[in-house]
Amino acid sequence: MDILISGLLLGGTYVLIALGLNLQYGVARIMNLANGEMLVLGALASFWMFVSSAVSPLLTLILVIPLAFIGNWLIYRLLLIPLVRRARHQGQLEVDSILATFGMSFVLVGIMVALHGEYFTYSFLARPITILQSTVALNRLVAFGFAVLIGALLVLWLNYSRAGMAVRAVAVDPASARLVGINVEKISALAFAVGGSVAAVAGVLISTFITLDASVGVIFTMKALIIIIMGGVGDVRGAIVAALILGLVETLVATLIDPGLTLASAYLIFLLVLLFKPQGLFGRAQT
Amino acid sequence: MFKIISANSIRKGFSALVVVTLTTLLSFTAHAADPIKIGAVAPKTGPLAGGAAVTQWPNIELWVKEVNARGGLKLKDGQRMLELIEYDDKTNPGEHIKAVQRLATQDKVDFIVAPYGTGFNIAAAPIYAKYGYPQIAVSAISDKMDELTARYPSLFFTLGTTTAFVNGVKDILAGMRDSGKIGNKIAMVNVADAFGIELAEAARPIFKDAGFDIVYDKSYPLGTPDLSPVVKGAKAAAPDAFVAWSYPPDTFGLTEQAIIEDLQVGAYYTAVATCFPAFGQKFGSKIDGVFGAGGVNPDTEEMQAYFKRHKEMTGKDADYWASANTYVSLQILEQAIEGVGDVDREAVTQYIKDNSFDTIMGEIKFDNQISHKFWTVGQWQDGVFRGVASSNMDGVAEIKEKSGWN
Amino acid sequence: MKSADIRALVTAVVCIVLAALVPFVFNGYWLSIALTAMMYIALSTSWALFSGPTHYISLASGAFFGVGGYLVATGMSDYNQSFWLMMFVAAIAATVLAGLIGLATLRLSGVYFVIFTLGLAEMIRNLVSWVQNNFLGSRGLYVLTDFTEAHIYWMLLTVASAVFIFGWLVERSRLGFALKIIGNDETVARHVGINTAWTKVVLFMSTGFFAALVGAIIAPRYSYIEPNLVFSPELSFLVVIMALLGGTHRLWGPLLGVIPFTLIWEAISIWIPNFTTLFLGIAFLTIVYFVPNGFVGLLEKTRGSRGVKAGS
Repeated sequence: MDILISGLLLGGTYVLIALGLNLQYGVARIMNLANGEMLVLGALASFWMFVSSAVSPLLTLILVIPLAFIGNWLIYRLLLIPLVRRARHQGQLEVDSILATFGMSFVLVGIMVALHGEYFTYSFLARPITILQSTVALNRLVAFGFAVLIGALLVLWLNYSRAGMAVRAVAVDPASARLVGINVEKISALAFAVGGSVAAVAGVLISTFITLDASVGVIFTMKALIIIIMGGVGDVRGAIVAALILGLVETLVATLIDPGLTLASAYLIFLLVLLFKPQGLFGRAQT
Repeated sequence: MFKIISANSIRKGFSALVVVTLTTLLSFTAHAADPIKIGAVAPKTGPLAGGAAVTQWPNIELWVKEVNARGGLKLKDGQRMLELIEYDDKTNPGEHIKAVQRLATQDKVDFIVAPYGTGFNIAAAPIYAKYGYPQIAVSAISDKMDELTARYPSLFFTLGTTTAFVNGVKDILAGMRDSGKIGNKIAMVNVADAFGIELAEAARPIFKDAGFDIVYDKSYPLGTPDLSPVVKGAKAAAPDAFVAWSYPPDTFGLTEQAIIEDLQVGAYYTAVATCFPAFGQKFGSKIDGVFGAGGVNPDTEEMQAYFKRHKEMTGKDADYWASANTYVSLQILEQAIEGVGDVDREAVTQYIKDNSFDTIMGEIKFDNQISHKFWTVGQWQDGVFRGVASSNMDGVAEIKEKSGWN
Repeated sequence: MKSADIRALVTAVVCIVLAALVPFVFNGYWLSIALTAMMYIALSTSWALFSGPTHYISLASGAFFGVGGYLVATGMSDYNQSFWLMMFVAAIAATVLAGLIGLATLRLSGVYFVIFTLGLAEMIRNLVSWVQNNFLGSRGLYVLTDFTEAHIYWMLLTVASAVFIFGWLVERSRLGFALKIIGNDETVARHVGINTAWTKVVLFMSTGFFAALVGAIIAPRYSYIEPNLVFSPELSFLVVIMALLGGTHRLWGPLLGVIPFTLIWEAISIWIPNFTTLFLGIAFLTIVYFVPNGFVGLLEKTRGSRGVKAGS
């Protein structure tokens, strides 16, 4: 039971980490290597508000969501659209976006180091709470709640709203989407901005229970990449399922076998999934 | 926090500009006023940056400011100011080596502040040796010190050996057991990286020889996002003492989980970063009685004055361990340069070997390039992290019994 | 064709000889820059041999590099083996590892391959740390040798030259021809009777082999090996970035990426030590936006505009 609950909570954390990049890569086709830095930026905002003015991270969220949305929308409009326009094919856009976002990740790390070079650590809702005889930290539970909420909202939005429909159409095939009168650039910008906000929200929530610093973004980017690829590119359900599997596997291995093998086992599961399903769990066959 | 720091860095940039202009102006007027060039390479980004931002950089800043505020170092031919040249090694040994080469051959600095981190000190040692820079290593803990100092004649160690650290913990635990405060069951975990692996490896035989029973012995990878299974596993083994050879992020993570799981042990120890002020701020009174690596004697006049100056000059609190050692290493360098009265590196190195130094941690001297005066274990007691075990330090505090996590 | 070949060969020999003289001319700082550049030249060029024509972007360089550095360190530190023996063992081990990875990833394409290699590298890093922690139990991995920077530089130069010779031979062989067809269309390649699997795996093994050699040679420079530092994902990314920056459809493309990258990197580290990372990022973005087809593209464009056909 302990394993199931801790595993689900960790899985929830992974859902938060992966959903943002899933939108950015799956829809806007930007392999955003600066996604982890966006997450850390959210964490820094939360830490700073908490330490300097004792503002609850949950209130910081209200501030962070619109800021991250606007910031990422601007990044897409100003920096990424030129790359999308000049790319002759998907491969070139992939290469260009890897290079460009790698540069952006450096810029963001540089800014954050200048702002606060030390660890972002503070205590928020670090209280035990018992569910089904298992002790968990309240801050992790809150983050899990948000993961469920964000995941549900995204699924509803994508499936039941006009904009969401358009987003999915772009995710499946940008060229055809354009033919049916969808403004692909606008929808991609929207998806990119929503993805960025989700990453920043994840950062705010994660900073309540993991100690971060300005340079750790790349770790989150890598984890997010692993999860969305395991789930299948552009598929929100896939990412959620993959994140939960990783959370459960890591906790299972840590508890029953050896905590030293947690990350190794998570990567092993990822590799096995790809070996048997080369397009990820929910991936569509395409090139 | 934000504002202070950014304002600070702007001010720093500005004052550096002023210093540069002043020194260029002065160099036209008097040759003797050429500044002494001090180089420093340490991480500003990358995995070790968070630690260096607490322990390494502020002390360099503090020292340079202090020396310049009193008009510079007193040499035979008059007083000379310090000019600091700093580079970011990005926590990458290759970058580090390149930057030290630059300091030595391009900037032609007179002295270099030793690197941050064991691996970096050892990687840079051949270059320091090649150009004859005294390297007073602080943040470097190794069991190969004798071999290394024999190899590199200008390398000095000040913070202690791996074995000494483990013995410090063992002595504390054995003392508590012998006085009936705890039993003999230890749960031990470590981060699976160089430092953690080394300490755990050294600890296994030492704990066993002291009659302890290691009931839980596991490692966890660097960057584990959820440490609750580790703490749950340790708790299930019903230990009397919990020992973690941990790094900064997991020191915070393990302790938070221990509080949440209400891990009831008579002795709780986490290694690096337990001594950070941020650790105390994060957990408040809950961590009263927690043991960690390092420690200070905060009651001496010198240390109190040091803490005060550190806060005033850098805007940050010093940590309760290697901050002071880092500052001490600079004091030693300063006294050796003034003792020689010249920037002759060979003479300064020899001076360091031959003399004893009056520092904020008392008198320090080197025995075969190794100082045997350092803290090994500290304990949080009423908001201060006091040294409770040491090698040859004065003012060792009494151990306080831990009463839960309140 | 023939005379072009000879010209290329002569240029290459001259370059290698000039490069070999660097340690006599420069000392200290410039040598350490040259050393860094040489390391990335070897890594990026051998990476591009596989990834250039096939468009399979591998993020496993860090893993092979790590295998090289780590095996040398364990062998020398814990088992008292010689550096040369361990270098050999490391290269073989990494080649076998690369072979296994190559076979395992045959069905993967595009981004799935990219992230697979990343995940694999991370798994290897964690496994190695775990094995060391539980079975090898080391008191620190020291690689103390009498090699100077110049020695290490020459060894790297040797490896880099070997990469170029290997690449040149491949381009001229059936293998190289096969690779190009695979890069254009894998299905077509299969239809014309090319053993695509074998071709890809062999090339990928060569990447592993060279990266491990470089890792092994760098180990004495680091002196003290921490698994998490040698198995660096950052290295994998940098290798890819530099190669892409140069251009991967020419053998000498990565070279044109590595050299400016190393110099810009260095210049920024010196001028703006407090905000190095920030300005590196800005410099990087500038290159991406204003040099769209890599430095090879830039060079070929200027050459083209002067009316000289780019030789092939």
